[in-house]
Amino acid sequence: MSRYMGTSVKRVEDPRFLQGKGKYVANLTLPGMAYIAVKRSPLAHATIRSVDTSQAEALDGVIGVYVGQDLLDGGASFACGSLPCGFTPPDIVTPAHNPVAVDKVRHVGDAVAVVVAESPYVAEDALDLIDVDFDPLPAVVDARGAMDEGAPLVHDEAPNNLSYHWPLGDEEATNDALADADHVIELEFINQRLIANAMEPRACVAEWDDATESMTVWTTTQNPHTIRLLLGAFTLGIPEQKIRVIAPDVGGGFGSKIFHYPEEVITPWVARAINRPAKWVATRSEAYITDAQGRDHVTKAKLGVTNDGLITSLHVTTWANNGAYLSTFAPLIPTALYITLLSGVYKIPHIFGQTYGTLTNTVPVDAYRGAGRPEASYLLETMVDLAARKLEMDPVELRRKNLIPSDEFPYQTPVALVYDSGNYPALLDKAEDLSKYDSMRKDQETARAEGRLVGVGFASCIEASGPAPSAVAVGLGAAIGLFESGTIRVHPTGKVTVLTGSHSHGQGHETTFAQIVADEFGIDLEDIDIVHGDTDRVQYGVGTYGSRSAAIGGSALVKSAEKIREKLKKVAAHQLEASVDDMVYDQDEGTISVAGSPETVKTFAELAFALTTADNLPEGVEPGLEETTFYDPANFTFPASAHVAKVEIDPKTGEVDLQSYAAVDDVGNVINPMIVEGQILGGIIQGVGQALWEHGIYDEDGQLLSGSMLSYAMPRADGFPSIAVDRIETPSPHNPLGVKGAGEMGTIAATAAVSSAVLDALAPLGIRHLNMPLTPEKIHKAIATAGNGGGE
Amino acid sequence: MDVSMTVNGKGVSADVEPRTLLVDFVRNDLGLTGTNIGCDTSQCGSCTVHLDGMAVKSCTVLAVQADGSEITTIEGLATNGQMHPMQTAFWDAHGLQCGFCTPGMIMASVKLADGNPGISDDDVRHGLEGNFCRCTGYENIVKAVKLGAAAMGGGQ
Repeated sequence: MSRYMGTSVKRVEDPRFLQGKGKYVANLTLPGMAYIAVKRSPLAHATIRSVDTSQAEALDGVIGVYVGQDLLDGGASFACGSLPCGFTPPDIVTPAHNPVAVDKVRHVGDAVAVVVAESPYVAEDALDLIDVDFDPLPAVVDARGAMDEGAPLVHDEAPNNLSYHWPLGDEEATNDALADADHVIELEFINQRLIANAMEPRACVAEWDDATESMTVWTTTQNPHTIRLLLGAFTLGIPEQKIRVIAPDVGGGFGSKIFHYPEEVITPWVARAINRPAKWVATRSEAYITDAQGRDHVTKAKLGVTNDGLITSLHVTTWANNGAYLSTFAPLIPTALYITLLSGVYKIPHIFGQTYGTLTNTVPVDAYRGAGRPEASYLLETMVDLAARKLEMDPVELRRKNLIPSDEFPYQTPVALVYDSGNYPALLDKAEDLSKYDSMRKDQETARAEGRLVGVGFASCIEASGPAPSAVAVGLGAAIGLFESGTIRVHPTGKVTVLTGSHSHGQGHETTFAQIVADEFGIDLEDIDIVHGDTDRVQYGVGTYGSRSAAIGGSALVKSAEKIREKLKKVAAHQLEASVDDMVYDQDEGTISVAGSPETVKTFAELAFALTTADNLPEGVEPGLEETTFYDPANFTFPASAHVAKVEIDPKTGEVDLQSYAAVDDVGNVINPMIVEGQILGGIIQGVGQALWEHGIYDEDGQLLSGSMLSYAMPRADGFPSIAVDRIETPSPHNPLGVKGAGEMGTIAATAAVSSAVLDALAPLGIRHLNMPLTPEKIHKAIATAGNGGGE
Repeated sequence: MDVSMTVNGKGVSADVEPRTLLVDFVRNDLGLTGTNIGCDTSQCGSCTVHLDGMAVKSCTVLAVQADGSEITTIEGLATNGQMHPMQTAFWDAHGLQCGFCTPGMIMASVKLADGNPGISDDDVRHGLEGNFCRCTGYENIVKAVKLGAAAMGGGQ
């Protein structure tokens, strides 16, 4: 019986946020602090002829101005290295990425010079006084166009702008199956560029301690240990034990704060060069041209189906835009987190997928919420809808025909993954009930008869969360293992500090991880503090991305708790003069007793203190009570979902009215339903954002046209109906909590479901496909071209 | 330029550059870092404070324009250590995740709910158009504001 697991405990981290006490990096001020501003390229591609910093240097309040070569040379600081790529499949070309550009700039926003001043306002003023002489070069922005003959070269060492080619599956068998299929559905489409827009802009503060020759870096990251490792091994060359990276409260990440960014090199470099604390805070405008962006695929897909709706084969070729430099995990996203997901929740005998990873004069692209998996689900669901339309079948019926049966787990797909558990038919059933699917279809018939454009969209999706195990990930090209660490430190009074390698930037680990530990011991939640985000306090850890924290970081804590309970049993057995094998740990009460004699108990706190006095311990038991686990999971976990959206389109304006949305998700066992629901809801709205509004648009010269919150259509409060959410629970069989990832499922399903609904609404007009975002302008044009003005 | 104002009930005065934004004055000069900066185009609302009884985006007001006015920031919302009903409502309804938009969201919501204890979903959604949240999908924020409005009972 658990007291906290499965209950909606209110978040313990909230009071500080509610009262304006959040410790975000931008809030940090240190004595003697200097302020950094970065001069950025206004051009997407140009040779730097010269940089004249003399006027800026002469400005009152300016401490120093530095160019790219200064950072490479080191001067009064370190000689900086190239920002590394942390996922390198075979034959990849990884061009150098200097923190500040030296000879060439390769995207708008590429750093050209660094100003350090006594105040942020003066630093900004000085930027305008730096004179950069650029020689503009032609730019390339398109994922597939980058490989065209004669396209401008982004890096000389990458011919055809190709960084990597990643094929998976049996192409010959897939082509044979397509040739034998009754119908082959073909589609070429775009999955558009997105911008993460975590509400907290990135920031970095660094302090150099000249006495101990050590560096402290506060940075807005999802994975402080990874940043420390990369600073130590690649970019700054400070011995790793001399670097402390602190990621305090971080205001959202969605993937964009995983990566090692130039400013995380520039800021500590400056701190040592001037021997003063230094601070850099991104403006939102800078975020738009420097934060790694998401998606941006061009894809050609072929789906083979039989007359009765069985999917036989899928062939996919994708050109994935990686931007101007390979961001830390960029090549992982459109390969091992995308091609491997192409089976979805379906039994598809033959699949072949390949990705061409290209370089362009755009902001680097890397993981953004879902990261490869929403691209796969959108592809698959769009193709399945087209198949249903071709065969004149109900799209849910066609899906149901192809689901992996619930008795076939573990299920080996043709694209490498082995699904751990699931019950997809139950998901579909529940989603149909929750959305009242049948009556929605009847309403749609009536509406269509009246000439109204009403659409129902359905998406049933898989996610692979918590990439694992380390041996497989590293075999595919990952530079580090993907385990997680968890230490439980029990203090003499029985109070507990938990040190986790996971990082919370909105997920609520300070609550959910305390729920886990409280139930492991039978102690009160208030007696547990969760510490994360500080490499000097927490043992090496991997961090938070890919919906991994509960399944991997949480499991590490369960394992550490087991070790502690075993130790406590030994001490209790010794003191109660009984055999260890007869000891019973009561996890409801937090007590240990001898089996059959529940009246004589030792409490958790008593035993913790006994390990502090250490005067009456059994032989071989060390004093103190602290255990650490590095938990390497056996597999990913595989959450799944079925979402239903209903839209009506105004034929006069092309505007989409999202009228209802129902989501049923299976994320395994649930630690805190309120928090899981919050994750799903937030994810859904980001998915709706991609389907309807969001688009990082570059013109042919590489200028980001939607480069601010004025022009990039962020979801606002008024764009949605109330969302209905429900769930089923099929526990993951391979982690001790039975949990699966919950952070990305909403996004993975919502993009597909809403796009499906809009295309369903437009299908009677003969409109087969439209690329996202499904804006009023795009829909209005499509309606006009389809020769139907909507009854006007 | 000299500016004087009342911030969270306390008189403050300072010599500021004329171009100093109110949000920078509050954060840097007064050390009240609860008011966050989320954008530079007055879109996101993270920096919302109360100025003479109105919810305003403090990135869009110069400190000198606020001379002589009454300012309340998120740090001044609680009374005698008791959180404001709207703060409690955001906690109860899980109306926040990363917490970065939360101070601005709460300051805007307090004014939205002022005199409107039975505020509708639509009015909340419309009223918060100028406050972005990337985490919650707004669903629980709408619940929180309605809950907070009811608890405020029409007052502040």
